Amino acid sequence: MTVTPLGIPRRLLEFTIDGQEVRVPECSTILDACRTAGKDVPTLCEGDTLRPKNACRVCVVEVEGSRTLVPACSRKAEPGMVVKTGTERVRHSRKLVLELLASSVDLSTTPRAAEWIKEYEAKPDRFGPDAARLDEEPRVDNDLYVRDYGKCILCYKCVDACGDQWQNSFAISVSGRGFDARIAVEHDAPLTDSACVYCGNCVEVCPTGALSFKSEFDMRAAGTWDESRHTETTTVCAYCGVGCNLTLHVQDNEIVKVTSPHDNPVTHGNLCIKGRFGYQHVQNRG
Amino acid sequence: MDLHFGDSRPTDDERAAVDALLGPPESSWEGADRTDADLRWARGGREARDRRDLLLPGLHALNDRIGWISEGALDYLCRRLTVPPAEAYGVATFYAMFSVRPRPATVLHICTDLACTAAGAAGLCDGAEAALGPGVHVERSPCLGLCERAPAALAVRAGDPVRTAVSAPATVEAAVLAATAPDSAPQEPPAATAVPQAGQEGQEGLILLKRVGVVDPSSLDDYRANGGCTALRRAFELGPAGVIREVTDSGLVGRGGAAFPTGRKWQATASQPDRPHYLVCNADESEPGTFKDRVIMEGDPYALVEAMTIAAYAIGAHRGLVYIRGEYPRAIHRIQHAVDQARARGLLGDDVLGQGFAFDIEIRRGAGAYICGEETALFNSIEGYRGEPRSKPPFPVEKGLFGKPTVENNVETLVNVLPILTMGAPAYAAIGTERSTGPKLFCVSGCVARPGVYELPFGATLGELLRLAGVRDGLRAVLLGGAAGGFVRPDELGIPLTFEGTREAGTTLGSGVVMAFDDTVPLPGLLLRIARFFREESCGQCVPCRVGTVRQEEALHRIVTRTGADAAGDIALLREVGRAMRDASICGLGQTAWNAVESAIDRLGAYE
Amino acid sequence: MRKRQPKTYTRLTHPLVRDSRDERFRQASWQEALDRAARGLERNRDAFGMFSCARATNEMNYVAQKFARVVMGTNNVDSCNRTCHAPSVAGLSAAFGSGGGTSSYEEIEHTDVIVMWGSNARFAHPIFFQHVLKGIRNGARMYAVDPRRTSTAEWAESWLGLNVGTDIPMAHAIGREIIHAGLANEAFVERATTGFEEYRALVEPWTLSLAEKVTGVPAAAIRELAHAYARAERAQLCWTLGITEHHNGTDNVRALINLSLLTGQVGRWGAGLQPLRGQNNVQGGGDMGAIPNRLPGFQDILDPGIRLKFESAWDTVIQPHYGLNLTEMFEAMEEGSLKAVYCIGENPAQSEADSEQALRRLRVLDFLVVQDIFLTRTAELADVVLPATAGWAETEGTTTNSERRVQRVRRAVTPPGEAREDIDILCDLAARLGHDWKYADAEAVWNELRSVSPDHYGMTYDRLTEHQGIQWPCPSTERLEPTYLHGRLWEKDPARRGLPAPFGLVRHDPPVDLTDEEYPIRLTTGRRLDSYNTGVQSGGYASPLRRGEYVELCPEDAERYGVTVGEEVRVSSRRGAVVAPVWVDTALRPGLAFMTMHFPDEVDTNQLTIEANCPIAGTAEFKASAIRIEKLPVATIVR
Repeated sequence: MTVTPLGIPRRLLEFTIDGQEVRVPECSTILDACRTAGKDVPTLCEGDTLRPKNACRVCVVEVEGSRTLVPACSRKAEPGMVVKTGTERVRHSRKLVLELLASSVDLSTTPRAAEWIKEYEAKPDRFGPDAARLDEEPRVDNDLYVRDYGKCILCYKCVDACGDQWQNSFAISVSGRGFDARIAVEHDAPLTDSACVYCGNCVEVCPTGALSFKSEFDMRAAGTWDESRHTETTTVCAYCGVGCNLTLHVQDNEIVKVTSPHDNPVTHGNLCIKGRFGYQHVQNRG
Repeated sequence: MDLHFGDSRPTDDERAAVDALLGPPESSWEGADRTDADLRWARGGREARDRRDLLLPGLHALNDRIGWISEGALDYLCRRLTVPPAEAYGVATFYAMFSVRPRPATVLHICTDLACTAAGAAGLCDGAEAALGPGVHVERSPCLGLCERAPAALAVRAGDPVRTAVSAPATVEAAVLAATAPDSAPQEPPAATAVPQAGQEGQEGLILLKRVGVVDPSSLDDYRANGGCTALRRAFELGPAGVIREVTDSGLVGRGGAAFPTGRKWQATASQPDRPHYLVCNADESEPGTFKDRVIMEGDPYALVEAMTIAAYAIGAHRGLVYIRGEYPRAIHRIQHAVDQARARGLLGDDVLGQGFAFDIEIRRGAGAYICGEETALFNSIEGYRGEPRSKPPFPVEKGLFGKPTVENNVETLVNVLPILTMGAPAYAAIGTERSTGPKLFCVSGCVARPGVYELPFGATLGELLRLAGVRDGLRAVLLGGAAGGFVRPDELGIPLTFEGTREAGTTLGSGVVMAFDDTVPLPGLLLRIARFFREESCGQCVPCRVGTVRQEEALHRIVTRTGADAAGDIALLREVGRAMRDASICGLGQTAWNAVESAIDRLGAYE
Repeated sequence: MRKRQPKTYTRLTHPLVRDSRDERFRQASWQEALDRAARGLERNRDAFGMFSCARATNEMNYVAQKFARVVMGTNNVDSCNRTCHAPSVAGLSAAFGSGGGTSSYEEIEHTDVIVMWGSNARFAHPIFFQHVLKGIRNGARMYAVDPRRTSTAEWAESWLGLNVGTDIPMAHAIGREIIHAGLANEAFVERATTGFEEYRALVEPWTLSLAEKVTGVPAAAIRELAHAYARAERAQLCWTLGITEHHNGTDNVRALINLSLLTGQVGRWGAGLQPLRGQNNVQGGGDMGAIPNRLPGFQDILDPGIRLKFESAWDTVIQPHYGLNLTEMFEAMEEGSLKAVYCIGENPAQSEADSEQALRRLRVLDFLVVQDIFLTRTAELADVVLPATAGWAETEGTTTNSERRVQRVRRAVTPPGEAREDIDILCDLAARLGHDWKYADAEAVWNELRSVSPDHYGMTYDRLTEHQGIQWPCPSTERLEPTYLHGRLWEKDPARRGLPAPFGLVRHDPPVDLTDEEYPIRLTTGRRLDSYNTGVQSGGYASPLRRGEYVELCPEDAERYGVTVGEEVRVSSRRGAVVAPVWVDTALRPGLAFMTMHFPDEVDTNQLTIEANCPIAGTAEFKASAIRIEKLPVATIVR
């Protein structure tokens, strides 16, 4: 008897990245292969627990024979493919994507954004002082988390996490069109009038800090948020019997944020309102 | 699904509008009054979730009846269809013709696109607004596809039934009449008036337009009397594989702009083991300056029905959908009538022509979104999602509508199948050039004496076409292929109108738009209108297009009155943004959003 | 709608003692508190009961049961599993010899039919329900059997809204329909079960039309579910407290298990039985022997060989009979045969059915020591209160989830004040009572458990970390076992097949608390998404969903009583009465009301519930009380 179901064996396929031969299992993406080969490809809308949306286009690479650049995050590798990740054409599009984003939204809490802007020599200021920006006030309509659409790059990850890929609450969607498109609940109502169940799984996947825990938002506003002082400890949730793994982010002996390992077989990175936010009782220390 | 609904309730009218489409609700869980049966057993699950594709028709039903979509109405529709309200809101706000805020029952759409602006649309808007007051909402619209009769206006009055009236060419008085009394506004001229070759000597020699103005578009008998249904009979003789072979051998390529070989597309779909297969006719003709599909649908609607039946037979599809842009009320009406007649006469249904082949056609109406003309965006739109393009691969032949193998062709491509079967592939392929076979429809507008749809064999030159249309003096530029196309100079009229010829000349044939501008039209203004069009029509999904189209418009604004060195910096910026849009956007909209501007700079020397 | 804040609890930071129950607590040193506790237990050696904690670690539960058995010489050890899933354990072990759910979460993503019976997992087990949703997205059809049309039921292909307490008629009718439709898995029944003929005779009277009369669900709906379950290549049957919290909870569980035996929907990958456990370590507590009839590793106390193994490992004598379960311990308090209780991390004063009775019983104890992180209502009754650490965030150890997965918990924050770890406290007390136990750390406890429990032997801490948890059984440090249990039932070789699974011959027995003219409404209870048990933990954070306790009625009943949302009404049962505001929910139907026990300090719902216990498992019938609703006289407030 098999110990665990083995799954269908996957063949390996060969192709080249920047002249280097790589072998990956079929159904791998170019991004998977790049990472295996140790290439650092920038990504924003890609999420390890989500199907690729390829909306941000910062991961584009050149594939021989393709008229346009292709998104590494979603394009499946094919045998014999010739992929180039560092050409001038690739760098140009990545630079422009970073410039277009940085000139229109606040990337100050986007991990690695500053590093990539430097690496690709992006100059977001060159669109001038009148370049349209999102410039929206953070929406604080509940005690658990904050929506700061001034930081939203419209990567769709929160929508996908709230929708059919994980939570199936469908509290949020993209509304409007083009530059005016926004993540919103129906009729652009406050979260408290929506289908939101405050699982925080959208916050978990947000790549820019547009969605953040109120605890983090308040501490950042007060200037006390300091990730260098954080410890991260993975334990098991204290509520129901499902046994979700929680990673407690602790600063100065206070739990300031709760996440879950994305590769955990129980949660796949998802939690419910109690697991995500129900820790306060431990630190009601009188 | 455990959906969340607010406290808003639908009005009786809103409820009636939805129920007219969907039938009365079956249980209290769907919005009916509670009965004892509801307390013990509720059905749901996949059957309830599988009706998502009725969301767009439902939104139309509400918008048609009320003029806008209220919270209570949206909630009720969502309850009926098991669709999350947030997603339905996202869909409703995607389309320009819908409003989720109260507005007057009558909306007057005035086209402010290139041809209509050149014909005085700005004054029409101001005049109509002043005359109509707050009782009618005046909406400045992208191209309404009435370029041969610029400037154009479309009045839509919500009610039961919804009423529409077209005024084109419109004066302020005519537009006001259309908006205030759509029922008594003058009838639109027949479709044939958009075909200058109609009624002229040699029309019988035309292939695609030969019946426009000749047959009664409402009469199936008249269609049959003029050669209708012979291609379908031939198709049944040939069998599906034979039809595909003929289409392949004819050299037919898609007329929507991408010029993909139709036979290959059909073959690829037909051979997919996954079932069912779908046929989708893309009649979301939204490229500014294009109106040929409208003319065919209005003037020879049975041709499309017959052509779709043949295509479905070839690829093994039993369900076909025509997605017609919402701004084409007459085309929608004519096709609906043709489909109903065809069904009544056994040309559609379980046993087409007694050949044992089942096929039927559904009509889906767009709601004001250029992007839905992109083939995969159109699938999403039909399925009840936001009309955002999907990433390819997988291609539609493998995973298209509802994730199933799908052929999507536009109207002109499909109707070409009729002559291929009646003439035979060799005779058809002999028309045109070696690599661009068959006849082609061109939409000529702008500064010409006889704007309209022209049929010429591939290979005629741009100059020949413009002369036929009576180009006026002082020609400054010709826009080929619409907003996504490119400008050429008056000294380039020798360009042969073929796919290869235009490509060699560094421009594009696109969907067959030929828009002529004389020197009275300021070029920077045209470019700004094009840039605004792309900014407004970008779906917003990918960064290069969503933000790039904004930055492009901003730069063009800055240089609208500048030339030379004053404009050089912004032109360099435009090039960089344009290149990234072309290289890194998901779909053709973003990839072509910079084409026309680039050609104006490089070919016309717009800012020199 | 006004928002009511639940009572918030502050952490205990110092031991508390008092000389008599009339006095207030005073802070004491650990030395004094432990001395007092030791004295109190010492003098009641023959009348002692241990309430272990379904929310603490496996290691703590292991030490707690060892404390009861070795230090106090009794098998009187139990935990709040008694109030929830004890019938599942009893039913599953009666059928299969093992008390765990047979399947894993991942399997439900790849099954064909899912039956959620008496389970609102969407609220009570949200992340488990994500696996169900994956299954649904992968094409599985889900059926929900529940008196209420819950959020879970809204995802179902078909919701069957049965009368409270008619699960056995429903199950029997399904079984009969399967047999009559020729859909029984005869090969499996023949090979792996016993008692089929008796079962067939037992269910024969339960025609669809009789079931429709008794359950209230249309015959066609029952038939559809029967056929879907029986015809599925793989099917999962999941249940929660809607099955177990009845006076015949174990019978209910057996009735459901029968369906899996009849169709062979057990013992295969993707096909199985999944009771969803309500608390983070209610599975582990039982596995660790913190129950009166099993030693660690779920090994039977009545087996002399097993006893011998533990007696030599622990150097003690183990009582050769079952101890009292929680319910029986409460009864023994009333009789005076149980005089001292060591209560760790439980709040029975509020969580037991008929809470007035529970309070009365606790008050007559000679000695009560409570070890907790808060001064709960139970702690308020104690003689000595010992401040403990929060198991999940302040200690090292393991817990075991609903799919039998043992996972590591880790210390992330330092406990407040003088709070100490449960195991340290237990060991200090044991030392005072003559047993000098030395555990360097939690891992040392775990390794001792591994040495006596074959099912856990292969789970070293290192391996638990490496695999992100391991499911029992795990007898080898080299291998992992299949994720499902009882594959043996499919073996051809009778020796390897082992004991066949007997059909449970159980009969319908309606709820004890009958509705009548005086108490016309059936009250059932459950859990809300953002809240948990008695609210001691979940009251601590600012949930935007929280609206406090309500009595939920259907719109028709609200209209009948002339009450509106938010209006306070008197809710009375034969045992007590509370005042609660009204909420209106279409998930209910006339004659059916719903409440939770999340806000006992506001509305003590358990004053209404009945302590009618399952004779096998001891679980009370929380799910079925008879109540009446009375409009309050209009308040005349002079401002």
